[in-house]
Amino acid sequence: MRVILPLPEVLQRESSRALPVMRLSWRHGILLAGLLCLFTIAADAAGTSPIRSSVFAVLARWTPLLLHGFALNILISVLSMAIGTALGAFLGLALISPDRPLRGTAWGVTQFFRNAPWLVLLFFMIFILPYHLHIGSFDFVLPDWSKAVIGLSLPVMANVAEIVRGGVQSIPNGQWEASESLGFTRHQQLWMIILPQAIRRMLPPWMNLYAILTTSTTLASIVGVNDVVTLAGQVLSAEGSRPDLLAPIYGYVLVMFYIYIYPIAWATRRLEHKYQVRN
Amino acid sequence: MVEALLVIDNLHKRFGNVEVIKGVSLTVGKGEVACIIGPSGSGKSTLIRCVNALVPFEQGSVTVLGIEVNDPKLDKLKLRKHVGMVFQQYNLFPHRTALQNVMMAPIQVLKRNKAEVEAEAYALLKKVRLEGKEHSYPGELSGGQQQRVAIARSLAMKPDLMLFDEVTAALDPETVGEVLITIRQLAEEGMTCVLVTHEMGFAREVANEVYFTDRGVIVEHAPPASFFTNPTDPRTKAFLSQVL
Repeated sequence: MRVILPLPEVLQRESSRALPVMRLSWRHGILLAGLLCLFTIAADAAGTSPIRSSVFAVLARWTPLLLHGFALNILISVLSMAIGTALGAFLGLALISPDRPLRGTAWGVTQFFRNAPWLVLLFFMIFILPYHLHIGSFDFVLPDWSKAVIGLSLPVMANVAEIVRGGVQSIPNGQWEASESLGFTRHQQLWMIILPQAIRRMLPPWMNLYAILTTSTTLASIVGVNDVVTLAGQVLSAEGSRPDLLAPIYGYVLVMFYIYIYPIAWATRRLEHKYQVRN
Repeated sequence: MVEALLVIDNLHKRFGNVEVIKGVSLTVGKGEVACIIGPSGSGKSTLIRCVNALVPFEQGSVTVLGIEVNDPKLDKLKLRKHVGMVFQQYNLFPHRTALQNVMMAPIQVLKRNKAEVEAEAYALLKKVRLEGKEHSYPGELSGGQQQRVAIARSLAMKPDLMLFDEVTAALDPETVGEVLITIRQLAEEGMTCVLVTHEMGFAREVANEVYFTDRGVIVEHAPPASFFTNPTDPRTKAFLSQVL
């Protein structure tokens, strides 16, 4: 017999099982690949003629270029994550500082960048950063993609700061009390007792943030970076804007992201599960 | 009368508008064991947290070996070298083994030689009867075993005064005994101890003086023999009749 639960309880269960963050499963991959095949075959059947090449041939021909664009997305994501994590770690430590003015300032910075739309920050950086950079006698040209890196690393910084703060504050107060009563200084408490425990708890949300960041690198196409989405658009134009190619090309890009991000999402869930059991 | 090691004089502590300790005074001599008992919420834990400056207090004086705790220029490290504390929830460092838990503070705080500290740590764990568990992580030990590691960890700092905050309250009944044996052994060796406890039988056996607190004041104090047989205050009588 099926047990029928009252609705609020069902909702509560659902929400406790899966937070509203991205939860990829292998089923999504199969669904995606299936859809891509379906579109491609349908498009192929509808559109092939002696003067137009088949959809498969088009995908194959442009794969090196699209992968090249995708590599730029990965580069942007890795660099933004590295810069954002380094800055965010400092900001996060400032958020838990006993020094009030420092904590207040850090809170303001965090709130500002956490609540700003990523795309707006990107546009802002593209326009605010100079085209040329003079350092001594050197003259660098700042490419658009490097501005995108800086633009995206700002919200990453704010989110990492919150992850650090949350991780540190999730450690029971007794750990602070015990180490304090043993004579550890605050600096020692933080680095020897609290952070080694907190980092394990920070890792899953940090990886989750990276997955979100990677998908968000496609925003760079809007500000003119030659990322995979921009290139996909150019491929479509080069093929004479055939409408039958739209779904297969963008589907192909989706699959690229899926293949890259799914293992990260999987590993994140494994880690979460592991630490849940231990704690 | 033995030399006084801990002197608390007219201590007041408030959390916001609630005064949880309303003028407590007590003296513990060197080598003596003081037990503080009383209903929950009577300020017992706060009282001993004031002694090692984990909790600041507004009024009154606490001196440990002549060091005034209620002093804005207090050298907390100096105070904490003299005062060890064991908590209800053990609070071992879960990412370190039992041995490392014991060794950390002497090495990092006292900057002592590692080989020396290690030899002492092995001896301390043997003393609390945890030989063979040196390399276990806290998560692999029972509550009673963890609490004994916590005692060894405090002893590694060679304190003059040990504070025990309801150290058996979170334990399974069958492991309470093994922790009490360790504390009794310490008391017999002449360690000055202040215990907040609900173990009346134990208080009766080891204490030199038993203090009964209620609503932030010490209602009554006496050596255990007379405290448990002839309590004078009606509140003490009521409490004892409930717990004994």
